[in-house]
Amino acid sequence: MFHPGHHELHGVTVVVETAGPLTYVGRFDTEDAAGVHLLDVGVHDAAAGGTREDFVRRSARFGVRSDRKHLVVPRAEVARITPLGAMES
Amino acid sequence: MPYNPALVAPMREEMVHLGARELKTAEDVDAALGDQQGTMLVFVNSVCGCAAGNARPALRLALEHAVLPQQVVTVFAGQDLEATARARQYFAEYQPSSPSMALLRNGEVVHFVHRHQIEGRSPQSIAGDLVKAFDRHFGAGAVA
Repeated sequence: MFHPGHHELHGVTVVVETAGPLTYVGRFDTEDAAGVHLLDVGVHDAAAGGTREDFVRRSARFGVRSDRKHLVVPRAEVARITPLGAMES
Repeated sequence: MPYNPALVAPMREEMVHLGARELKTAEDVDAALGDQQGTMLVFVNSVCGCAAGNARPALRLALEHAVLPQQVVTVFAGQDLEATARARQYFAEYQPSSPSMALLRNGEVVHFVHRHQIEGRSPQSIAGDLVKAFDRHFGAGAVA
């Protein structure tokens, strides 16, 4: 466990994919009834252009460009959570 | 707001014991990185006990390798704010994270290790990647 006493992903930079056009990359903080709490979050909206894959690849290579300091993703919208470090850059 | 100096003192000392030179002011950073020649590793230190707690031992292991940067310097994120901000201007192409490491050759960033490449990994594993980067960018076959 990365941070003992916390959620197993606490402090880990993750990619949160949703069933919709939005993808988030940020540091996982915690999860509660409101959803998944992320810190220093980059947000990608496929509807606005660019692919999810390019966004993730660029984040892995150059780091996460933070659009939001704190963001909560409702659990029902989360399709998959993957550590960014596990993604190919 | 910077952390309590007493809290971070052991983390600073760990880097100094590795042979890293601390850069505590923007002037220190400019003196080290401005017109930088040769090879250098810049370690952005952090209080994160898990990420930085593995990154510092990883660097210690990597510095046992035969191929090394000519200089190792460090700034402390969340502590030496001005120095850290100035250092990040020298690798502005990369988004800030801490801990992180930049490998420079003649002022150019040739390799960057982000926090997300440190999280959850053992010091041995991180050091293995660093050693490969040392060989690739600082070894005899590296392009000057």
